[in-house]
Amino acid sequence: MKREMMFKLNGEAVNVEVESAWTLLYLLREILELTGTKLGCGYGECGACTVIMDGQAVNACLVPVLEAEGKNVTTIEGLVQPDGQLHPLQRTFIDHGAVQCGFCTPGMIMSAKALLDENQSPTDEEIKESIAGNLCRCTGYVKIIEAVKAASGR
Amino acid sequence: MAQLTFVGKPIPKKDAPGKVAGEAAYIQDLKVPGMLYGRILYSAYPHAKIVRLDTTKAEKLPGVKAVLTGSTIPPFKFGVYKDNPPLKTGKVCSLRDEIAAVAAVSPEVAQDALGLIEVEYEELPALFDPIEAMKEGALLIHEEHKTNVLKMPWKLIVGDLDAAKKEAAHIVEDTFRTQWVTHCCLGASGCIASFDINNNLTMYSNTQIPYLAQKDFMEALGTFGLKNKKVRIIQSVIGGGFGSKLDTYAYEYLAILLALKTRKPVKILFSREEEFFATSPRQCTITKISHGCTKEGKLLFREMEMILDNGAYTSWGATTPSVMMLPISSLYKVPNVKYTAKCVYTNNTYSQAMRGYGNPQATFAIECSLDQLAEKAGIDPYEFRFMNANEPGETTPQNFKITSCGVKECMEAVKTRLGWTGKRMQKEGRGFGMAALVHVGGGARVYKSDGCGTIIKIDDYGKVDVFTGSSEIGQGSETIVAQIVAEVLGVPIDDINVINNDTDVCPWDVGVHASRTTFVAGNSALGAAQKLREQILDLAAATLNEDPSALDLKGSVIFSKNDKEKKIALGKILRSAHYAPGGKMLVAEYFYDPPNENFDKEFKGNLSVAYAYGAHGVEVEVDKETGQVKIIKYVAAHDVGKAINPMLLEGQIYGGGVMGLGYALSENMVYQNGKIMNPNFLDYKLLTAKDIPPIEAVIIETDEKNGPFGAKGIGEPGLVPTAPAIANAIYDAVGVRIKDLPITPEKVLKALKEKEKR
Repeated sequence: MKREMMFKLNGEAVNVEVESAWTLLYLLREILELTGTKLGCGYGECGACTVIMDGQAVNACLVPVLEAEGKNVTTIEGLVQPDGQLHPLQRTFIDHGAVQCGFCTPGMIMSAKALLDENQSPTDEEIKESIAGNLCRCTGYVKIIEAVKAASGR
Repeated sequence: MAQLTFVGKPIPKKDAPGKVAGEAAYIQDLKVPGMLYGRILYSAYPHAKIVRLDTTKAEKLPGVKAVLTGSTIPPFKFGVYKDNPPLKTGKVCSLRDEIAAVAAVSPEVAQDALGLIEVEYEELPALFDPIEAMKEGALLIHEEHKTNVLKMPWKLIVGDLDAAKKEAAHIVEDTFRTQWVTHCCLGASGCIASFDINNNLTMYSNTQIPYLAQKDFMEALGTFGLKNKKVRIIQSVIGGGFGSKLDTYAYEYLAILLALKTRKPVKILFSREEEFFATSPRQCTITKISHGCTKEGKLLFREMEMILDNGAYTSWGATTPSVMMLPISSLYKVPNVKYTAKCVYTNNTYSQAMRGYGNPQATFAIECSLDQLAEKAGIDPYEFRFMNANEPGETTPQNFKITSCGVKECMEAVKTRLGWTGKRMQKEGRGFGMAALVHVGGGARVYKSDGCGTIIKIDDYGKVDVFTGSSEIGQGSETIVAQIVAEVLGVPIDDINVINNDTDVCPWDVGVHASRTTFVAGNSALGAAQKLREQILDLAAATLNEDPSALDLKGSVIFSKNDKEKKIALGKILRSAHYAPGGKMLVAEYFYDPPNENFDKEFKGNLSVAYAYGAHGVEVEVDKETGQVKIIKYVAAHDVGKAINPMLLEGQIYGGGVMGLGYALSENMVYQNGKIMNPNFLDYKLLTAKDIPPIEAVIIETDEKNGPFGAKGIGEPGLVPTAPAIANAIYDAVGVRIKDLPITPEKVLKALKEKEKR
């Protein structure tokens, strides 16, 4: 069943017609064509689809689209400033070699952002905890953890 | 060596900004106008006759544009052994056997259509154990093949084994087993096949072998009635490879056939579950190994017999014994070697190469067995290894010419950083283990050519486009190639643009495998850049009235080494050449094929022009109550020749190491009657950030004379010695030796209980 839905996406109000059976990920990728948010598994195990909804990192593949109604959603595209300037986490991921194939990267950065928004100086354990739901096959996580640490207040 | 500006520096990956911004377009993100979506129906049984197959209802479903079955497509088989039709007729041999394919207006309609296809099977008895499948009188998986053992007689014999056995003071013998594991690329397999009006094919693909895939598809088109048509492969950004995309697969041929039938582009994208059950993993192995040494600990012989589960069809997995022969003959100095391997058809999924190409399975057996032998000889396993270690200048019994070799330095680094000395043999639940590795580091001639081409052009402003055959699959080849070109041409790295994803514009390359890209693509880029540099200096020499040999090029300025006042901006020289009467624009090309050798009939020959070495060491703590293994410290030391980019290189060591930890401790494709029982990340136990122990990466530089700026390969070595290092450490900690991977707490606990009983 189609219906109108309003929510805030990357700082802008969006009014869109959705099917209640959709996931938030489907809306983002297939309708709004924001393909920076990745589909890695579709059942909430890999974290490649992580976005931030009202301050919380969530797997967009598990969020029924109507749950985003009235909420504030940030995707990886929303981290880039209008002048093209990157978010500090995006910068440290580049500079610390935290990116290899890059498929997990947007989700990984969104999880890390949700952490740093809450906690400016996380411990290594807190960093690992925050990205424990984001799988990476390339990097062994070592440089990802370094990059998050570098972007934090520590 | 002159002061280097870009080579040897931790330069960030060139493709990283697009990836962190979410701009990088993977196959999952690509759409082309008018595109249809393909889905595949797989077998419901591991071995069965197809009695009836009716697609009538599926064809009538609104939105369905084509339904294919084995009887409606031209007869065609693909794969290394040409034993695999894209759609099966008559009978199915595994649960991943493709039976029908649908193209529809949406993935959902295509999926619904699969549910409307009616199939009746007559189930046949099946074989899931290669040992059962080898037995005389066993049912045949492929009747026409007459036997379940592949006719690939892997056999290496060096020296006189019988004499060595008589001479040996100490001999050990044991059997080791490894499990099925899968690549787990975060970006699953997929492609879009699209024909133009002239029936030329464009494949959007995440393959790691664009030019071999192009050849495969051209051959396939020939059998589909489209001889001499052009195939263009355009690679999307690739979400991981690790060997999974080293072959062409049924889904790609089905996308092509569906596109041909519908005259529309067709996309087939694997779901995560498909990625687990319908891609080709690293096979399980059973290895009987025997080692002998003198009283003083000098290695005398190594004998190995290996059985590999090939699965129902044949891909490169069946050829991994070729690379296994490298550590078997040449890891440590061992004068007498015998190795035989049999690949056996079963009704399981079929195997493929995975990072290491057989080396992890072979090295697990070798390095565990060596520890047993060291113990029997009463020698510290570090000392034992060091005493028998390879050295530069050696020609090994399989005729590998070892140029640079830093394995002793790697072992020393591991020993020092772990604080090995005096702490072993405590058996208080804490223990130390070590294992070494050798791998190809200067290409590997497994195909007719091991080459890679590069074309470089430079515009009026000194901006450079590098067209390379080598593919970026996340490992960083794009950046390595750019660093080498920037170094030679003396231009900023940001002025180097690398194009590496289109067979229409890039020159040939054999593919991303064998840790060959830095070495082979690097040498190719180096050759092309040097040719272009000569052209630039020749132009500048005339203008500056200097000999070209007196000129240098840095910071996009050409200057005289003798007279710093004599200089000219690169762009200025290029523009003056371009707009002079007759005009000239600079382009250079170079094809590099390393002078390595295919094996001869005895499986001997210098497979690679350089060999990569390394050693890993680990300290573990084993909980005797639970069997849990905790890694206290992990050290991975690698002889890399020269680190072109230490940051990316560490990324390969860490990433490989953690993949090796998974192989050692948790990852396992659990098969029951040919069905994978854990086709998801959680149950497969892919390691998460929380599972990562403290890891130290140690880079040992040995300056390989054949390598670009002295570099050797590092893509695969990182995971090769991990499992045996951990198994050896567990033995040191609690006195039990786990001989089959993965080393789960259950296995440790069981072994501890058995030990108590003794």
